[in-house]
Amino acid sequence: MFGRFTDPTAEAFSALQHEPIVLYTVLTIMVLGILVFTVITLCGWWGTLWRNWITTVDHKRIGIMYVVLALVMLVRGFADALMMRLHQAMALGNESAGYLPPDHYDQIFTAHGVIMIFFMATPLLFGLFNYILPLQIGARDVAFPFLNNLGFWITFAGAVLINISLGVGNFGRVGWLAYPPLSELSGSPDTGVDYYLWSLQLSGIATTISAINFVATIIKMRVSGMTMMKLPVFCWTALVANVLILMIYPVLTVALALLIGDRYLGMHFFTNDGGGNPMVWINYVWIFGHPEVYVLVLPAFGILSEVVPTFSSKCLFGYTSMIWAILVILVLSFLVWAHHFFTMGGGISVNTFFSVATMVIAVPTGVKIFNWLFTMYKGRIRLEPPMLWCMGMIFTFVGGGLTGVMLSIAPADWQFHNSLFLVAHFHHTIIGGVVFAYLAGLVYWFPKAFGIKLNRALGIASFWCWFIGFYFSFFPLYILGLMGATRRLQHYIEPSWQPYFIIAMIGALIIALGILFTVLQLLLVVWYGIKHKGRLPVRENDPWGDTRTLEWSISSPPPPYNFAILPSVTTLDAYWHMKTEGTQCKPTRFSRIHMPSNTSAGFWVGILALILGFALVWHIWWLVAFSFIGVISVIILHSFIGDHCGYYLSAMEVQKTEDAFTAAYLKAGGKEI
Amino acid sequence: MENLKKVLGILSVLTLMSLLSGCDVAVLSPTGLVAKAQRDLIIISLILMLCIVIPIMFAVIFFAIKYHASKKDTEYLPDWGISHKVEFFMWSIPICVVSILAMLSAYFTYKYEPSKPLDYAVATDNNPLRINAVALEWKWLFIYPEYGIATINEIYAPTGRQVALQLTAQDTINAFWVPKLGSVLYAMPQMNAKLHLLSEENGRFPGMSANYSGDGFAGMHFTWHSVSNGDFDNWVSRVRRSGNQLNYVTYLELTKKSKSNPVTYFSGVDRDLYYRVVNRCVAEGSKCNEELMRLAAARSLWGELCSVFDVRESIAPVNIRE
Ligand code: HEM
Ligand SMILES: [Cu+2]
Repeated sequence: MFGRFTDPTAEAFSALQHEPIVLYTVLTIMVLGILVFTVITLCGWWGTLWRNWITTVDHKRIGIMYVVLALVMLVRGFADALMMRLHQAMALGNESAGYLPPDHYDQIFTAHGVIMIFFMATPLLFGLFNYILPLQIGARDVAFPFLNNLGFWITFAGAVLINISLGVGNFGRVGWLAYPPLSELSGSPDTGVDYYLWSLQLSGIATTISAINFVATIIKMRVSGMTMMKLPVFCWTALVANVLILMIYPVLTVALALLIGDRYLGMHFFTNDGGGNPMVWINYVWIFGHPEVYVLVLPAFGILSEVVPTFSSKCLFGYTSMIWAILVILVLSFLVWAHHFFTMGGGISVNTFFSVATMVIAVPTGVKIFNWLFTMYKGRIRLEPPMLWCMGMIFTFVGGGLTGVMLSIAPADWQFHNSLFLVAHFHHTIIGGVVFAYLAGLVYWFPKAFGIKLNRALGIASFWCWFIGFYFSFFPLYILGLMGATRRLQHYIEPSWQPYFIIAMIGALIIALGILFTVLQLLLVVWYGIKHKGRLPVRENDPWGDTRTLEWSISSPPPPYNFAILPSVTTLDAYWHMKTEGTQCKPTRFSRIHMPSNTSAGFWVGILALILGFALVWHIWWLVAFSFIGVISVIILHSFIGDHCGYYLSAMEVQKTEDAFTAAYLKAGGKEI
Repeated sequence: MENLKKVLGILSVLTLMSLLSGCDVAVLSPTGLVAKAQRDLIIISLILMLCIVIPIMFAVIFFAIKYHASKKDTEYLPDWGISHKVEFFMWSIPICVVSILAMLSAYFTYKYEPSKPLDYAVATDNNPLRINAVALEWKWLFIYPEYGIATINEIYAPTGRQVALQLTAQDTINAFWVPKLGSVLYAMPQMNAKLHLLSEENGRFPGMSANYSGDGFAGMHFTWHSVSNGDFDNWVSRVRRSGNQLNYVTYLELTKKSKSNPVTYFSGVDRDLYYRVVNRCVAEGSKCNEELMRLAAARSLWGELCSVFDVRESIAPVNIRE
């Protein structure tokens, strides 16, 4: 009846009983949850929440929900990081040094890695895609609005499932890529790896669904005149990233399914005995894992290619070079996966091939850096927060690239492999490259979504904290790596390492300040929202000035239908040209606009998928059957009796919305068009 | 900008300090032949890359100051977006640097391929010392097939003599790493990986597992003692005096999980123990993988054509000398 809950070795509630840290965290989350619940109930917001958010198919609202999810997960993942940093700063000695036993420490780095990659970076990425992409290509929505909603709720289910492992059972202690045989039943008999497997399966399905949607959107929904070579670079990177997703996530899904076969059905794909071979898994996950880092970093490049020209008041240097560089990366990123195991004994030819291929990929990446530099060259640079993040990104990312090339030299990697040098390298590129760029994008497009900019002073403070904190927390790791410290160490015996771990901890605390400032920025906006009772006034379209792409030609926040009249495009940087050539047209006659209707199907699928995942982890088979049938039935019901006709916004309503925008535009000092 | 300069200053001082404090930084102050080559490679690649990276870092800051919007008199080219000259350099500079590094990488990959004996030893016609290492949960078992002895968590090897290691694991994947000597290599169940190392100086070098393998992973230390030939012989006889025997039964005892194990000596080792560990047939009544593969191959045409059964030749126990 209760599956593994009745099995004492699964330790369903032992963490809550024996580890005060876990207990207090869970209690805090519960108190916060109850608080939010009461506030919503008292204010009577459930209706709006349901109509405007949970069941919405509007890409802008879904985008915001993705970003909120990602930011919450960032806090969770960062809390893990901080705990590791505090622990390692005092973990000199033996196993009882520090405050975390190995059993707990090992869960933390696994959870940190998985959450940061799959539930922080990926949702943040999809949040930005969702909000910006349709606006940049002049579309009224994505190609498949329902899939978009479905994708979000399945991601949400995955994120909730992985966080349930905090209190109920435990999480995997296997590292973020769960190498077997450690992740097999023989190495991890409890629920940890099962949580890992099912939450990643959910996230994988959701990511694939959303990727299909965006590829279709970019290919089919571009506004007339926007040929591929007039597509903004951010859209190009989004296209390539989504194509990559479609190629690699199936590999992950299959690999996970095979491991699930091993763990649930007694198969032997990756076991030591019975004909299994763990090396196969290692190849699968890296065939997925390496392109995955490009999935994350390419859109980061795209964001820079939008922000740097805006704040340099100049067009992007070498657009064509840029596009070719992106396409070259698309192809090459599939030819380098074995650089993650140069130390497996692949032999001379394998190691040489993958070493050289990896270096070759550094070329198009380097080219992009030059593109941004020459974009700044002879421009008029304004050091607003988004530009600061971008400059921080360029400055830091080249450093990460430097150590990346060092790691790609196979014989040198034989000394770096799995050391803290490696950990420092990938955080150098992930924080310096991905996080800085995403935050640049967030700050840059924030006024588009909410009408007001994030507080500037707090933004600058946040940037400097992240930037300085980053160097403090990861430079010591390079040195530690060269001193012979490996990753994933619960304790160490060399006293000379400790000072470096302490510096790294201080760095992490500085980053914590940076995150705090970002939270404050957002709280200010929440305050602004409360002041306006949730109905944000429409503001001018182009708050940064000198923007270049179509999303800036419509009001902030944009109306539900985005473009009252679809623009027509003749050049790259369409909006810039409209402004300089004065071809911006002010429509006066509107026609009705077709809108898709909301649906609750995505939400129910998400909830049922969450129950399904939970039941699978705990082997509650009747619940598995129930929720699986539930998921299928909701989809079938949605297809047959769901409302697919949508509805029309009348010309009158469109007129009213557009008039409000015109008024705001004029009030902000805009010229009469 | 001021903050930035300060941070840079502090960081460079820190880096320099640690680099200069020398012997602490194992990878940069190696004692092994392989690690020395790797150190050179690391430093060369670092310098080459810095040649590109430092100008870029500098340029970002410089452009931001020089072309700041407040400076109205600097040149402003809002529509300058194409220049074939610049683009030529933009592609060719990275290509040049990468080509040099690629050649270096290929050469060193070839020269220091871990499974190949080191040139050095071949030249001096030095018979390598053979050590078979088994990664257990969570300790290292080192078997000296030529001497019929074994240890837990301790290696002794004569300085200047090439050591030919073979690595495998019992349960989870580990990696063998002695930073002062060079080259990590995975120790994987069912696999037999070969690694050649050589120390040019006497000393005690910390070694560890470089691949996370579960709860006791952080405690998987061992020490590599590089000593003179005489000291090595003394050590061998010291190990021989131990009363412990390593046979199938005691080996299976060892495979039980245990953490932070003390150094232990075994004066006798079953001759085909390592072969059986790799082939997963230590337990009584189990069939060896090689045997299973032979059986499977015999039943298929492909098996006959493709099978490569040179395993036994390469890792079968050699005759115990002396
Ligand atoms: C914000 C500051 C961050 C800090 C202070 C931090 C700190 C750490 C630490 C201490 C570890 C463990 C290193 C070890 O194994 O010894 C780690 C691992 C890792 N981090 Fe972060 N991290 C941060 C941000 C991120 C971000 C943004 C991502 C990805 C988007 C990320 C991805 C990872 C991954 C994949 C691992 C490897 C986990 C594993 O060993 O399986 N981290 N990080
Ligand atoms: Cu990779």
